[in-house]
Amino acid sequence: MKHDLILRVIAKYLFPVIALFAFYVLFHGEYGPGGGFQAGVILSVAFIFYALVFGMETTEKVLPLKVLRVLASSGVLTYAGTGVATLLMGGNFLDYGLLLSSKAAGQQLGILIIELSVGITVSAVMLIIFYTFANRRRPWEDHHD
Amino acid sequence: MILVEIISWIFIIAGALLGVAGGIGIHRFPDFYSRLHAVGITDTLCASLFLIGLVMQTGMSIASIKLCLIFILMFFSSPTSSHALADAAFLGGLKPQLDKDDD
Repeated sequence: MKHDLILRVIAKYLFPVIALFAFYVLFHGEYGPGGGFQAGVILSVAFIFYALVFGMETTEKVLPLKVLRVLASSGVLTYAGTGVATLLMGGNFLDYGLLLSSKAAGQQLGILIIELSVGITVSAVMLIIFYTFANRRRPWEDHHD
Repeated sequence: MILVEIISWIFIIAGALLGVAGGIGIHRFPDFYSRLHAVGITDTLCASLFLIGLVMQTGMSIASIKLCLIFILMFFSSPTSSHALADAAFLGGLKPQLDKDDD
């Protein structure tokens, strides 16, 4: 089992770099190219890479499917909750300017919350799709249990 | 600084020529291992030379630091991906194509 030693060592050091780049793309989204969707995909790519190198059992120990389901729904809930919060504060749906006292700061905070929730949902859903495909039982293995 | 400009363009043109050489190699070589050999070697150096040239173009700024980070990432990930491909092909039982006169 020594044949994948190089890949394992490099993957161990590459995983935090990919995850950090995902957060860079996420929190840089209002100045430059990027945003929640791209950041979510990059973050899920980091976990898919981890799963490809270290196997599905290890990855499911790190990030169980239950946690992913909670994350996926909590992202949508945060997105909609921000909209409802601005509605309750007397504005339109997703009217970020009302979130803080100054309009510009409120809009910046609002877009960051929205991008963060989009990123969480996208990465969780991408990983759920990947888990579903990776754990699919092969047709010829059905007889054994 | 005209000298830095000239050196940076030498780096960029050398990187571009290496990229073209790798492309010709992946097109012309006969089997998987020699194609991987051609592109795996030139690809790392091609990207590295490009990045060094671009760092010289940008000078000291936040962009050159980002380019250096990309350089470090490419420096580790590109040979690893070549190694993983060759390793997977070898474990999968793909034999290198030897001289045609042998068989």
